[in-house]
Amino acid sequence: MQHRLKSTVLGLVLAGMSLTAAAHSAWLLPNSTMIDSKEAWVSLDAGISNQLFEFNHAALRLDNLMITDPDGNTTKAEGAVLGKFRSTLDLRLPKDGTYRLSIVNNNVMGSYKLNGETKRVRGPQGSPAVQIPAGATDVQTTHVQTRLETFVSANKMNETALKPSGAGLEMIPVTHPTDLRVGDPIKVRFHLDGKPAANLAFSIIPGTAKYRGASGEQRLTTDAKGEASFTVAAPNMYWINATFPGGERGAQQQPAAKRYTYAATVEVLPQ
Amino acid sequence: MKLSHSLLLTLPLASSWAMGADLSVKFEVPRLNVAEYHKPYVAIWIEKADQSVAANLAVLYDLKMKNKEGEKWLKDLRSWWRKAGRDAAMPIDGVSGATRPPGTHTMKFDGAKHGLDKLAAGDYTLVVEASRESGGREVVKVPFAWAGKGKVSADASGKDELGAVSLQMQ
Repeated sequence: MQHRLKSTVLGLVLAGMSLTAAAHSAWLLPNSTMIDSKEAWVSLDAGISNQLFEFNHAALRLDNLMITDPDGNTTKAEGAVLGKFRSTLDLRLPKDGTYRLSIVNNNVMGSYKLNGETKRVRGPQGSPAVQIPAGATDVQTTHVQTRLETFVSANKMNETALKPSGAGLEMIPVTHPTDLRVGDPIKVRFHLDGKPAANLAFSIIPGTAKYRGASGEQRLTTDAKGEASFTVAAPNMYWINATFPGGERGAQQQPAAKRYTYAATVEVLPQ
Repeated sequence: MKLSHSLLLTLPLASSWAMGADLSVKFEVPRLNVAEYHKPYVAIWIEKADQSVAANLAVLYDLKMKNKEGEKWLKDLRSWWRKAGRDAAMPIDGVSGATRPPGTHTMKFDGAKHGLDKLAAGDYTLVVEASRESGGREVVKVPFAWAGKGKVSADASGKDELGAVSLQMQ
């Protein structure tokens, strides 16, 4: 992985940890989430910027994009094109039903002391870059798990691909995610490692702030069952984002052993 | 011609020069409940009736960042950038300042230092623009009529990125 992109993606992951980090969002952006066509295709873009859905900063690599099809089979996506500001993948959807497109990363970051020196580690969980050598003291590491996803349906909708993995912070759409309409209640449920995430703060943010001015961000909290219901006032692509432990990104936070970030793109159409 | 010097004033042909003309601007930076909050960049300036810049009063941004990195986002103050910022050399003496946290802030502009004492009588607009990282952008305009002397107050309000904005000039 090129060093510049590596530090940008990890920078995204680490954004919640540091007071001074300029925080960016990463997203998958399909051209449509409901495709009615005999030969269904979706065109997926992926990028990173602090302006949501604006491709003006860095591409998000699709190297480990996984596709779960309407039967629940998961395969690795092939054929993504990496540009300067976006990755693009035109994906054939051979089966009718709902697909889930996800990127899950498990990274470790932290530090330890050895022979009087403080060393930092940063990299994918289990990789050589994050091995702590024998004899190290003051070991402090954080496991950061991120899940980034979107949902696309071809000709009909089903729910097989929406089944949660049970690991990490996940949103289980209760209202079907490719059937969302302005003004209709949208119900979601959040799970943390398979259990309902109660009192979890999350945001839902529309794209195209450049042409609107107002950010339009709604900040909501799940109930005791980890559920929340909301409506949006305008049709748009929306980014649903949550982190655990909570608190604001960019605010001073104590190092935690494990940190989770979830983001999903959903489309809300006009009535 | 360096625009940073000419941002202050264009001398009117038939002028009634005012004494004083000190300006006080009060503006509210709202506390927002969002996933990620950063203090907004704010620009304050005065426009003439034809929407050209009469005086560039303040630009609040991350001026302490290493390698002037904070200047990168000045262009997100889109109106200010287009009218005054794009051609300016930053920081502008007496105009550049640090970002402000949520709350109500009052900034005072000395009439002589900011060229306000040379504003001709006429209709003006005080413009306050705020742009927040990973957030929105809003422009609040406060129209006022300046008689060349005396006292003026006016106010307006934003909806999301800015709250109440008021001015007092005398």
